Amino acid sequence: MSAQATPHEIKSLRDVIPFLRNELKPKGKILTPFNIISVPVMLLGAVLIAYRMVMGLGSITNLSQEFPWGMWIGFDVMTGVAFAGGAYVLTFVVYILRIEKYHPIIRATVLNGFLAYVFYAGALVIDLGRPWHIFNPVIGNKFGLSSVLFLVAWHFLLYMTAEFIEISPAFAEWLGWKRVRKILSSMTLGAVVFGITLSTLHQSGLGALFMMAKGKIHPLWYTQFIPILFFVSSIFAGLSLVIFEGSISHKVFSDQLNDEHRASHHDILIGLAKGCAGAMFAYFFLKVLIFMHGRHWEYLHTGWGLWYLVEIIGLVLIPCYLFLRGAMYKNLTAIRIAAIMTMVGIIVNRLNYSVIAFKWYIPLPAHYVPHWMEIVTTLAIVFAEIWVFRWIVNRMPILRKPPAWATEE
Amino acid sequence: MDRRKFLKSLGTGMLGAAGTALTAGRPRAAEMVGNSGKEFKGVLVDTTRCIGCQSCEEACAVAHDLPVPDDIGDESVFGQQRDTSTTQLTVVNRYETEKGEIFVKKQCMHCAQPGCVAACLVKAMQKRVDGPVTWNANCMGCRYCMVSCPFDIPKFEYNSWNPKIVKCDLCWERLQEGEIPACVEACPTETLLFGKRRDLVEEARSRIYREPAKYVNHIYGEYDVGGTSWIYLSAVPFEQIGFKTDLGTVAYPEYSTGFLYSVPIVLILWPAFLMGLSYLTRREEEKEE
Repeated sequence: MSAQATPHEIKSLRDVIPFLRNELKPKGKILTPFNIISVPVMLLGAVLIAYRMVMGLGSITNLSQEFPWGMWIGFDVMTGVAFAGGAYVLTFVVYILRIEKYHPIIRATVLNGFLAYVFYAGALVIDLGRPWHIFNPVIGNKFGLSSVLFLVAWHFLLYMTAEFIEISPAFAEWLGWKRVRKILSSMTLGAVVFGITLSTLHQSGLGALFMMAKGKIHPLWYTQFIPILFFVSSIFAGLSLVIFEGSISHKVFSDQLNDEHRASHHDILIGLAKGCAGAMFAYFFLKVLIFMHGRHWEYLHTGWGLWYLVEIIGLVLIPCYLFLRGAMYKNLTAIRIAAIMTMVGIIVNRLNYSVIAFKWYIPLPAHYVPHWMEIVTTLAIVFAEIWVFRWIVNRMPILRKPPAWATEE
Repeated sequence: MDRRKFLKSLGTGMLGAAGTALTAGRPRAAEMVGNSGKEFKGVLVDTTRCIGCQSCEEACAVAHDLPVPDDIGDESVFGQQRDTSTTQLTVVNRYETEKGEIFVKKQCMHCAQPGCVAACLVKAMQKRVDGPVTWNANCMGCRYCMVSCPFDIPKFEYNSWNPKIVKCDLCWERLQEGEIPACVEACPTETLLFGKRRDLVEEARSRIYREPAKYVNHIYGEYDVGGTSWIYLSAVPFEQIGFKTDLGTVAYPEYSTGFLYSVPIVLILWPAFLMGLSYLTRREEEKEE
């Protein structure tokens, strides 16, 4: 497989079809361990989704009247969107602050963010009881203007559009559409500004969804500042995922990279680690302030207090320190470990709000625990996203340099 | 088109998500009057009068075309606490208290400012002008109403391909025809009293004044969660008969208004700030060149 795709230009519509047919063919080895694991999971996931559409949500989930939201909201949507936050943070750094150092990873990050929204927010469709009404808030079959979810739904839609515009020059370069590319790239800055604004609001909006669950979420987690906490944590959630994903992509797609990109990779990771450490310290500080104001000392002695400390010390403060140390001593292993710990911390945090500390007063046998079929469906969605990501990276200038004609201007 | 409507549609059309809750009105809690100016109706439940006959459960099932429970009048159902369900919009539970057995009817409280209505992104949940909170089929099944209800009332049909949200609708269809709710009509002991909420609060107060030894001096739902259309009288403190007494007096939608108010501000300030910042960095770049 050649990284530098043969120069081509599609002049007429007749050229498009053979080109696409050629591109649809698999590239690279077929029987890789990843494929062998992911294909059966995706097939099983598809069967489960079809089954759920016929038999209802209760058929493959452990959702109940007490626990209307489970893993598909708590993990797929809440956590998936937080992890997609890297796109708005890095577009801010690269297109607004114009720090060129991070330019080599911007396309992969935006693509990842875009696909995360398509797949994880798209996973909402299988969680909705009446998914055929999903466009009601858009087409105006009643606008629920006082609903936080109305805002989040619109922002998902608009933000997906903004991210698509941001990534679209890569599609145009792939198809060889010079004029289209010119138009699309002129829209990038506008899309970035719009995208950052939307992200600020819907990242915090996801937290604001829980404001009306007062009394159902454990007092150590429920605070009026949930929206701000969700926003700040999405910054380092997103950056940690960029570090994690970048480290993997760097190995898996190494044929896509040129020497210049390879050389700058370490420097980029160290910069991201510093960013993470800063955001995490701010977040930790906020958490401490909120704890002090909440005066919830009495809960610290309970099991919930311990779980709370695990989250904010074990999975925020310690990885924050590891990031800082890793950046100081240029220790990439420490940075990668910190990124994984941070990601676990975000998963724990989002699940605490939606599932674990939600109705904490209902003890375990009756408390929601995901059904194995919910987990398989989630895995299938994650794998499907990785497949599409890989397909695009192998064909379009995402990690590799854009074709010469695109950079000439 | 009046100004409010104009602003509403403008906000919807232009920004969709701009959090136009700013222009959305809400009922004045103290008076229990909606935007229409019509007073909310409700029901007063005097738990000291209930004998646990379950006539209300039966009447409710009949009125809503639901299966009539075959254990009506059977004492054994009180052996455990029951919850409302997708087939039972109201249930009566028995509580052992310091003043003996007390029966309590449970159903939707029909809050003056319901969390479920504020939660719904398609207005499938609606607070009707005369008080009932009802569900409509344009619902997408997100179940955010269930998360936002302080009383966990909306129930979801998990085992249907075409599920509905099911809850008490205060017999909204009957009300439109000038009738009273089926449960109130069926009650043989006048435990349930239907009327304008203001009158019900007056009645409840006068019952407490007349017999202060019989009742605790608290009308549940008068102020709880900003006031509810169903209000309760009790002989014992309400936490002994299954009520949540720690919900506060703030209406649930208020908890998310702080966020919603900040939305237009961010939506206006952020782009300006970002464009300015982008302009600054561009100029510096040019200087360097």
